[in-house]
Parts: sequence; C-alpha cells; structure tokens
Amino acid sequence: MTFRLLKYGLSRDYPVSGDIPATPELKPAYDVVIIGGGGHGLSCAHHLAKYHGIKSVAVLEKAYLAGGNTARNTTTIRSNYITPEGIAFYKEGVELFERLSQELDFNVMFSQRGQLTLAHSEATMRSFHMRAEMGKHMGTRTEVVDQKGVEELCPLLNMDYGGPLEIIGGLWHADGGTARHDAVAWGYAAQASRRGVEIHQRTEVQGFEAVGDRVQAVKTNRGRIACGQVLIATGGMNYDVALMAGVELPIRCYPLQAMVTQPLKPWLHTLVSSVSLHTYLVQSSRGEVVIGGGSDPYQLYSTRSTLDMKEHLAEGAVHLFPFLQGVRLLRQWAGITDMTPDYSPIMGASPLTNLWLDCGWGTWGFKATPVAGKRMAQTIAEGRVPDILKPFALERFETFRLLNEMGATAASH
Amino acid sequence: MKLLTCPMNGPRNIDEFQSFGPVRARPDPDGTADREWSRHLFRAENRKGIVVEWWRHVPSNYFFLAERDLVSNEIIRTFDASQLRDRA
Ligand SMILES: Cc1cc2nc3c(=O)[nH]c(=O)nc-3n(C[C@H](O)[C@H](O)[C@H](O)COP(=O)(O)OP(=O)(O)OC[C@H]3O[C@@H](n4cnc5c(N)ncnc54)[C@H](O)[C@@H]3O)c2cc1C
Repeated sequence: MTFRLLKYGLSRDYPVSGDIPATPELKPAYDVVIIGGGGHGLSCAHHLAKYHGIKSVAVLEKAYLAGGNTARNTTTIRSNYITPEGIAFYKEGVELFERLSQELDFNVMFSQRGQLTLAHSEATMRSFHMRAEMGKHMGTRTEVVDQKGVEELCPLLNMDYGGPLEIIGGLWHADGGTARHDAVAWGYAAQASRRGVEIHQRTEVQGFEAVGDRVQAVKTNRGRIACGQVLIATGGMNYDVALMAGVELPIRCYPLQAMVTQPLKPWLHTLVSSVSLHTYLVQSSRGEVVIGGGSDPYQLYSTRSTLDMKEHLAEGAVHLFPFLQGVRLLRQWAGITDMTPDYSPIMGASPLTNLWLDCGWGTWGFKATPVAGKRMAQTIAEGRVPDILKPFALERFETFRLLNEMGATAASH
Repeated sequence: MKLLTCPMNGPRNIDEFQSFGPVRARPDPDGTADREWSRHLFRAENRKGIVVEWWRHVPSNYFFLAERDLVSNEIIRTFDASQLRDRA
C-alpha cells in the first residue's frame, strides 16, 4: 500500500481504472438503440442486458454521459403523488432506490431522510389530506402533521406564527429521500457496459429512416445505424428528437433553475419544501444546501440562469430559515425540462411500431430513473406495455384521460 | 433584467408580464372531433424557432402579442392583438 502510494505518487502514469470504456467504433446494426445517455437511457440499457439477456444495445449520447438533466437535478426522491396510477409507479421507483447500491455494486448514497412539505393555507392542508389518504391506501408512508409535528421534524424552521405565511401544518413523507445523481448514472453505465452494452458518447441522432410504420435506422453524426427497436430518452430534447421521427409530443420546454450554498455543518435533516413559496431545500452530504423551485415563467430552449429566479429562490429560503441570509451561493445552473400538460410522463408506444417513448419527464424524472429503465426494458424486450405503464400512454391526451399531478409536483419535483 | 416592450406601456421588466403561450387557431366549436380538440388543448408550438405568443402586462391587464425566438430568447417584436385579426 505504502509502496504503491509512493510509486504512483511520484510518477505521472497512474493506471486509471475507468468504469466506462472509451467510445468504440459504431457497428452497422444493433438490436436496440437507446437515444440519450442520461440516467433513464442507461438504466434501460442495464435492465435489458441484465434481466432480458439483450446485449446488442447501443446507447447514443450526443455530448458526455449524463450531462443533461440527470446532472442538473436536485435529487428529490418520493412517491407522495395524488393519482393512484402515479403513486403505484413512483412507489416502485422508491423501492428500487432502497436496493440500488447493492444492485449496482456502486454507492449511490441513497439517504431516506423523509420529505416535509409545508402548508401555509387551509386549501393546501385539504390537498395534503387527500394526498395522505391516497398514499396510505396505496401503501406508502405519507401523513399529515400539525404545527407541533412540523416543529419536531424541523426545529429550525421559521413558523411565522401570526404572520402572513404562518406554517399551519405539513405533509410528512417518511419514504422520501435523496441520492447522488452522478453515481446513479455511472453505476448503471458501468453495469451495462460490463455486460456488453456499448456506450457511444459524442454521438448525436440527427434523423430517422422510416419505412411504413417502422424505424429502419437512425442517422447520426458518426453514420447510419440499423436498429431493431429504438427508445427515445433524450430529456429536454424529447420533443425535438421525436419530431424527427414525425411524432409530435404534447410537450413544451421550460428551463428549470437551481443553486447551492457554500458547505455548512449538517443542520437540515429532512427534505423541506413550501408550496406557497415555490422553494425547496435539501442539504447534500457535502453540506451544501441545494435550493430549487418552480419552472421558469415562459417557454425556452436554454440553460441560461436569471437573477430574477435566483432572487426568488433566495427569498423563499431565507424566509423559511432566516439564518441563511449571510450564506454565500456557490453555484447555480439550469436544465431544459420537457413539460407535459398533466405533469405526468409519457411512457410506452409511439405511432411507429418499434419506436418507444420514455419522455415528458419534465422536472420530476430523476426519482424514476430505476423504475422507468426497468419497465421500459421490459416493454422493449416483450414488445408490449406492462400494466403499470399503461396509464402513461401517449394516447391519454386524445381520450382525455389525463393523470393530473400538477398539485403534487410543481413545488417540489 | 430582461425587458419586454409592451405596445401600450413601453419597455418594462419582463417580471411585470405573464406568458400565455403560443397563439393557436381556435377550432370550430361545432364541427370539431375529439381528436382535434385534444390537439388544440394539449399541443402548443414547441419547435426550435420563432413563435408568436400571447402576453399580458399584469398591472394594466393588457393582452398583446410578441414574436420571440425560443432558442435565443430574443424578442423580435411586440404588437397589439388587433394586428393579428387584420392579418387573419
Ligand atoms: C434544475 C433541475 C432540478 C430537478 N430536480 C429534480 C428532482 O429533485 N427530482 C426528480 O425526480 N427530478 C428532478 N428533475 C428532473 C430530472 O432531472 C429529469 O427528469 C431526469 O434527469 C431525466 O433523465 P433522462 O435520462 O431522461 O434525461 P437527461 O438526463 O437529460 O438525459 C438525456 C440525454 O440525451 C442526450 N441527447 C439529447 N438529444 C440527443 C440526440 N439528438 N442524440 C443523442 N443524445 C441526445 C442529452 O445530451 C442528455 O445527456 C430536475 C431537473 C432540473 C433541470
């Protein structure tokens, strides 16, 4: 040990052990082509290789691995949604996170510390009661707590007694948690490539060749690839990529911004979010306080940040925890999110028989990285959509069977 | 601070405005099938490029239109809604 330390400490050629092999040459054809090397695409690749024995898989990533929304998200993991279909799906997602470090043999630092959502009005309390009852019915740990309960869970909160934003109660979700986003993506990438999946970075899909109702090939900056099945999992570019295949998704793109403070000693032991302030906070394992909020107020394909939004987030954070006022911001960023009209994803079939969708993940898709990958892999391997995904079909808009999760999503993702 | 030039109130901080999304043609309420209604309700313009969209100046509650680039965020021009009717 000491000898190795000395030897490599003094030499320039330390043997780098990369988890993910360098991008190989493209083959002319693959059984499955996955477009998008974010968490979702990589998770699907892992599940195809490990559980369905499908190894002729190429993941095509236009930039670097997991540099899209996977790298930009604030890592809220939870299942306290409002529709039974939504809760059933996200519950499976949380359960997969509970075992994910073992599954990947990679520490994803899943920390199930619970999520506290705050109510400042009776109307919000009513919606919390509904979510708690739905959650209990579906077997998740979700309950309404009163002021005393909020104070016990998060003693440092400014309750604003008698003030205009008095906290009158909360929704406590003991299943909620957080994990390290990069580790999730790299863990899936390492596992998938160990089983033969090829990961092609800097490989951008620029078009599709379709004959009748089938995709024959995808066209990339590195050449044409014939494909058996194709999955679109391109995050903020889902509308754009699907349109290349002639599929117009009910998606609008909005930037979503976030920021972190300088590292502080551990003081925030739950995830906290406020519906009225459109602000949520979580302390990372490095001590930084991650602060996020609602989407930008108008459509845009850009990852620029705005001072307006940063002021808004800072205002919310300082209102909830006034002692944060002197704390410095370390970083701030944005991602382009693919928003659906009902705040639920679009998963399953497309109008083309071998083109599958894992889209519309908007501001809430990190928590679904394991479950969406697992269920989309099953869909592709079996050629049919499993029951748990059926409610998320693209056709739900035409039949007016929306899955409205707006109230359970907008403030905390 | 980004400015938006309101046809009635002149250049103001974009914070004073609310976006109502891209303009879409109104379907004929009598002769439209469910499928087209769903398109009208749920699919708004989202191509990378220039959109014409509704905005409201909140303090004066004045609705108008803007042409904006969805990638660069450049506001190309703003105009009164009557011009849209004249164009149609
Ligand atoms: C600021 C912010 C905070 C968020 N907070 C949360 C949260 O707390 N909890 C939560 O659950 N979710 C959250 N989300 C949402 C979450 O990040 C996403 O839903 C999720 O990461 C989507 O994963 P993905 O793999 O589908 O997409 P991505 O990670 O975006 O990956 C898609 C990949 O496709 C690539 N790509 C695009 N076009 C092409 C092309 N033509 N060819 C090849 N490759 C292409 C991109 O480069 C990208 O790497 C947040 C998002 C943002 C922006």
